Amino acid sequence: MEKWYLMTVVVLIGLTVRWTVSLNSYSGAGKPPMFGDYEAQRHWQEITFNLPVKQWAKFINPDWIALHTSRGYESQAHKLFMRTTVLIADLLIYIPAVVLYCCCLKEISTKKKIANALCILLYPGLILIDYGHFQYNSVSLGFALWGVLGISCDCDLLGSLAFCLAINYKQMELYHALPFFCFLLGKCFKKGLKGKGFVLLVKLACIVVASFVLCWLPFFTEREQTLQVLRRLFPVDRGLFEDKVANIWCSFNVFLKIKDILPRHIQLIMSFCSTFLSLLPACIKLILQPSSKGFKFTLVSCALSFFLFSFQVHEKSILLVSLPVCLVLSEIPFMSTWFLLVSTFSMLPLLLKDELLMPSVVTTMAFFIACVTSFSIFEKTSEEELQLKSFSISVRKYLPCFTFLSRIIQYLFLISVITMVLLTLMTVTLDPPQKLPDLFSVLVCFVSCLNFLFFLVYFNIIIMWDSKSGRNQKKIS
Amino acid sequence: MAALTIATGTGNWFSALALGVTLLKCLLIPTYHSTDFEVHRNWLAITHSLPISQWYYEATSEWTLDYPPFFAWFEYILSHVAKYFDQEMLNVHNLNYSSSRTLLFQRFSVIFMDVLFVYAVRECCKCIDGKKVGKELTEKPKFILSVLLLWNFGLLIVDHIHFQYNGFLFGLMLLSIARLFQKRHMEGAFLFAVLLHFKHIYLYVAPAYGVYLLRSYCFTANKPGPRGFLRCLTLCALSSFMFGWHVHEKAILLAILPMSLLSVGKAGDASIFLILTTTGHYSLFPLLFTAPELPIKILLMLLFTIYSISSLKTLFRKEKPLFNWMETFYLLGLGPLEVCCEFVFPFTSWKVKYPFIPLLLTSVYCAVGITYAWFKLYVSVLIDSAIGKTKKQ
Repeated sequence: MEKWYLMTVVVLIGLTVRWTVSLNSYSGAGKPPMFGDYEAQRHWQEITFNLPVKQWAKFINPDWIALHTSRGYESQAHKLFMRTTVLIADLLIYIPAVVLYCCCLKEISTKKKIANALCILLYPGLILIDYGHFQYNSVSLGFALWGVLGISCDCDLLGSLAFCLAINYKQMELYHALPFFCFLLGKCFKKGLKGKGFVLLVKLACIVVASFVLCWLPFFTEREQTLQVLRRLFPVDRGLFEDKVANIWCSFNVFLKIKDILPRHIQLIMSFCSTFLSLLPACIKLILQPSSKGFKFTLVSCALSFFLFSFQVHEKSILLVSLPVCLVLSEIPFMSTWFLLVSTFSMLPLLLKDELLMPSVVTTMAFFIACVTSFSIFEKTSEEELQLKSFSISVRKYLPCFTFLSRIIQYLFLISVITMVLLTLMTVTLDPPQKLPDLFSVLVCFVSCLNFLFFLVYFNIIIMWDSKSGRNQKKIS
Repeated sequence: MAALTIATGTGNWFSALALGVTLLKCLLIPTYHSTDFEVHRNWLAITHSLPISQWYYEATSEWTLDYPPFFAWFEYILSHVAKYFDQEMLNVHNLNYSSSRTLLFQRFSVIFMDVLFVYAVRECCKCIDGKKVGKELTEKPKFILSVLLLWNFGLLIVDHIHFQYNGFLFGLMLLSIARLFQKRHMEGAFLFAVLLHFKHIYLYVAPAYGVYLLRSYCFTANKPGPRGFLRCLTLCALSSFMFGWHVHEKAILLAILPMSLLSVGKAGDASIFLILTTTGHYSLFPLLFTAPELPIKILLMLLFTIYSISSLKTLFRKEKPLFNWMETFYLLGLGPLEVCCEFVFPFTSWKVKYPFIPLLLTSVYCAVGITYAWFKLYVSVLIDSAIGKTKKQ
């Protein structure tokens, strides 16, 4: 494409912002004995390097004192090494996927494609968690994005392979599994289950099984080993939620201590049912009417349902929702920017704990300015731009005075932003009252949760009122 | 929504560029800083704690006050803000004191003072009347010049990593140049006089000012144009850099920044500018020798170099190519040079015996480029003035 040099400049800006954020503190820096995610990753390198595969899943052996000596290892050179590995993983997997995705976008100009790439690469949440707090989310999210790319461009087999790699890298990617499954199933049905569709189904099944077997082969030697891995991946014993997270259960817990009142298996059933009930409509629609646009929006709503209602959700899991939202940035810039700002804000308590206030504020402002300048988001708040036209028309059949949806949403945005700014200021400058030491964290989670519920409703409306009725509208006018 | 739009400066690309680079500067706060940081802390302490009569005699620290009086007054004013951040930094005996609040204050003071630089860039953009190649924003000379100045690599790493206050000083210089372009000679002269009292290195370009003001304002028989003045200024700065006494590598910025204004005007100037700027910026690499800053300097250098070359090539695409094969080869050679010096050499046995080789190679390689740019610019200036004289005849 022409203007390749501008895309290169955008990638370089993304890399520069990432590395400068990494100069800051990391999770658990200088805080023995638990330290944090940084130490966790270092520890996993320690285990996998030193121990045979058999021992990888069950390493707690008090005899391994030799390994013990590297616990809590912190030094400048080591920090540099760890940060470099994140950058390289990002550069090899996530960033190329983002660039390719933006280049493949249809019906927008080259300039808009480049601006889109800039905004996605500047999304603060992922940068702060991977390069600040310290994790390798860009690997799993990158593979998932390759999966989305493959499937959207009809390279279903490669896309499925990429997504399997994503799941086997980080089990959180299961949040995205249902939309992938439903979209591919829908495609198979569309091609006809007695012909090409069946062939595709078989091929996909083979690819998925093969990739899972390859990844898990070393752990299949004993049944007990496989079970131990599963136990570690899905720690059901750890409870409905841990710490403060912006989901329903934590917010509910503020008023009614469900975590203590209800027995564990009831909590599991409640969580399971609410999650699946909330995501079912969108998934069924995707099977019946598979489309690339529907697929992307279903990824959002599905991941958001899981985030809000699922078991043992961490605040960082919001990144699984943020990635699909980044993908629809060009379609609904206003709402996407709003969501991505809230998602970063929802992780505020974690970021403050890691002493990342300055990078958080700076990257959030940079992202906001990039979105505002690239998409002129404040000029795109009409019903049609928000993709709510079909919905409004349906509502107006019963309530002819329902013309103020756009205005309401604008006001909600203002209220949301003002609340987020105020809460941030309060958390940073004031001390919480002695009786309620977690007041600010809880408030942040609660406000974020309300925002997320609104977005859940919004995205589901777009999915359910989408496409056919929309196309009919265009034909009529 | 309209109010919010105005408030966020939407649609105003200049504000977006200025805000963007300011946010980048904030991200550079935790980077390495050189002894210049302690220099300025010491000057804050001297001007705050001691009477004026002692300012230029005080020698508790080795970093004595060696800038002209206006800069001393500037540090004095800053010190009255500094006391709200950390009183301890204003103690003359607290050598190498660098608490987190001191760091924050000093870094923010540089970022804040850059507002003068931003204003000056805005004024300069009003003055240039470059070619109109296309309707696209990114192809307009004003846009390219704004990026070349606001996002200048040299200024970013010298001011916001190494630590200095060149931003607002160059702001004063660019503002005085802009005023001379606008025929506001008294203001331009006044601004330059003020600048000299802040940092005397700008004496390098004083002859250009002197001659131009005499010819344009005092003895106005044959008025030269402001473009000629700008070329003379650049040559003065570059010649002083080439042959001056005790020149620091940072002084190359004195030639690079004014030349940016010329680069969006003529293809010939653009070509010389790109060679000067790329080699000049690379010659600043040894200033940042710490490992965490290595990716930053490489990424920012690539960012600026790729943007400047591509945008100027696009701007002058209808004329002959900007570089011949020799120049292209030379500029590409900077890549392998960097790999050799920073990635290969440290792992060889020569590192112990001849540790100065990377510095030597860098200096010599860049000297070739800078000398070539100086020579080309001189020839172009002399030829142009000769053509001008024959036309008049």
